[in-house]
Amino acid sequence: MEKELHVPTMAELTAKGETADILFWVGCAGSFDERAQKITRDICRILQHVGLKYAILGTEESCTGDPAKRAGNEFLFQMQAMMNIQVLDGYEVKKIVTACPHCFNTLKNEYPALGGNYELIHHTQLIQTLIDEGKLKPADGHDFQGKKITYHDPCYLGRANEVYEAPRKVLESLDAQLIELKRCKSNGLCCGAGGGQMFKEPEKGTKDINIERIEEVIDSQATVVASACPFCMTMLKDGVKIKDKEKEIEVLDIAEITVRANQI
Amino acid sequence: MINQLIFTLCFIGAILLFAKNARQLYRNINLGRALNRNDKPGERLKTMLLVAFGQKKMFKRITPAILHLFVYIGFCIINIEMIEIVIDGMFGTHRFLSFLGGFYDILIASFEWLALGVLVGCIIFLIRRNVIHLKRLNSAELANWPKTDANLILIVEILLMTAFLLMNAADQKLQLLGGSHYSPVGSFPISQYLVSILPHDPSSLVLIERTSWWFHILGVLAFLNYLPYSKHLHILLAFPNTYFSNLKPKGELTNMENVTNEVKAMLDPSFTPPLSEQPLRFGAKDVQDLTWKNLLDAYTCTECGRCTSSCPANITGKLLSPRKIMMDTRDRLEEVGKNIKANGTFVDDGKSLLDTYITREELWACTSCNACVEQCPVNINPLEIIVELRRYTVMEESQAPASINTMFGNIENNGAPWKYSQMDRANWTSQQ
Repeated sequence: MEKELHVPTMAELTAKGETADILFWVGCAGSFDERAQKITRDICRILQHVGLKYAILGTEESCTGDPAKRAGNEFLFQMQAMMNIQVLDGYEVKKIVTACPHCFNTLKNEYPALGGNYELIHHTQLIQTLIDEGKLKPADGHDFQGKKITYHDPCYLGRANEVYEAPRKVLESLDAQLIELKRCKSNGLCCGAGGGQMFKEPEKGTKDINIERIEEVIDSQATVVASACPFCMTMLKDGVKIKDKEKEIEVLDIAEITVRANQI
Repeated sequence: MINQLIFTLCFIGAILLFAKNARQLYRNINLGRALNRNDKPGERLKTMLLVAFGQKKMFKRITPAILHLFVYIGFCIINIEMIEIVIDGMFGTHRFLSFLGGFYDILIASFEWLALGVLVGCIIFLIRRNVIHLKRLNSAELANWPKTDANLILIVEILLMTAFLLMNAADQKLQLLGGSHYSPVGSFPISQYLVSILPHDPSSLVLIERTSWWFHILGVLAFLNYLPYSKHLHILLAFPNTYFSNLKPKGELTNMENVTNEVKAMLDPSFTPPLSEQPLRFGAKDVQDLTWKNLLDAYTCTECGRCTSSCPANITGKLLSPRKIMMDTRDRLEEVGKNIKANGTFVDDGKSLLDTYITREELWACTSCNACVEQCPVNINPLEIIVELRRYTVMEESQAPASINTMFGNIENNGAPWKYSQMDRANWTSQQ
């Protein structure tokens, strides 16, 4: 973890007359949310560790428009999308990796209708490929050996795009005890943040959705709950805090688990 | 002869009445906006065969899936028996298909087993609804008519199957008595146990056999015409509805072409948007603003509530129920259909799907997680309707909740849903 982190931007590479093999789309949460920033940096550490030539857009990146679209503001969504497509196409981006399932879904599925066509990879898929290629390998005596780990499926990675196996493959490589939650994979339960809910108070009800989800995590007796979405991360973390289980349950992203297990 | 005439008239009458109702349904569904779902016929056929014919998604919940499978297979196979009943009815024959010999015995025996399966399935379904009070089958939106409708269907199916078995039992006894009309044919593994409870004199037996026969066929014809007024319509519409399924990833929301044109014109003043015949309304306020597939979805919904019982908002006590979204859409569509029928064209009745039927509180409780879409055994998509209604409230009325408006403002001004400057986007790179 001591290795100096240098994160190149597309503008920087272009100025040097270089190109990147893959664009790392950081997303708003990954850029601004303190907890998610740690995940972002860990992804950079992985990319750097395996020697992938990547870059970010930096200040040229903007919201994909996902929360606007799902809240019904198609105008705002398309304005964002068209501006982003201009930037991406300006750098001739072909391949994008992102840690946010919402960005992943929007860039992959909703940009093509507006002229933006890219190959999208979620960071869990990238990590899985790197494991398969032997470029990542958990170190001897790493933190997670024998631990009870569970995985929370983000709706926009799982149900929306049917990525169920990649994050599980990462956890399976750990020599840990992988426990499935009662509601998992295509039957997974939402964290409560999607569809614009992240940015508003929940409607009146008997319980918040993240509490319902955390109760399931507690029932599983896992000591680590793995997530693969910055919004799920916030919701799960808040749930653990409200349930006063911070000492017992750790909420970690698949990227953070990889960095720790590989001792990068 | 007179029996044959009465039967033929009943049969033709029922078919004509059904055709009239079906045309009405077709017209109502066509009130929706255009949508092309004619691509990829191979993939569509495969989806239909797996999901509707093969009951694939039912098996997400094993107990009701097995019970439903009994009833479903029973329904499909017993339709073959209907061929014989119709031929016998029209031509005055008795057990016309018995010339098939040994195969006929197998056929009748399998009908009997399936009839028993349907009978047991329906009884357990009734118990689940009325004795065990299964939560998803006793929600608020099912009070009154939907509850009666469900029970009615189950009771009628039980009666029809009982009549079928009783008819076979009386037939067997008459066969044993050696009447000329009742020659010994068929194999009766289930109804043989009913023989002993029947009377011995031939005239009573003929009466029981004939009454059961007429009850069975008239019941089926009446049921056919009850379908368009009932959730039971799914037995027919499940097939086209799965054929016209959304084949794109669940996360992909539709692109609004009319918005694309306006946005292009905004970004590039030289762009002239093509003239469109689409209505200019953004999103949906009423059923006519939805697509025909949304409306077909509404008619296909059988109110099983698998969507609602997996909806995170509903689970945590919020007002949203995806099943209610579908039921509301159907109810409003029926109302609009009647309005058009009475007036020749739609006359404003001061009502609309949004607000009169579906409240904004329901709309804003949705997390767009697709659990409802995933669960539906016949590929209905309640999320599309929710998003269309949200689009109307946001783009036509500017009536989003205040915090959502703040989020919009942030995206517009800062390129992020939070109030951070775009210039600070890469600050994390220097904080190790």
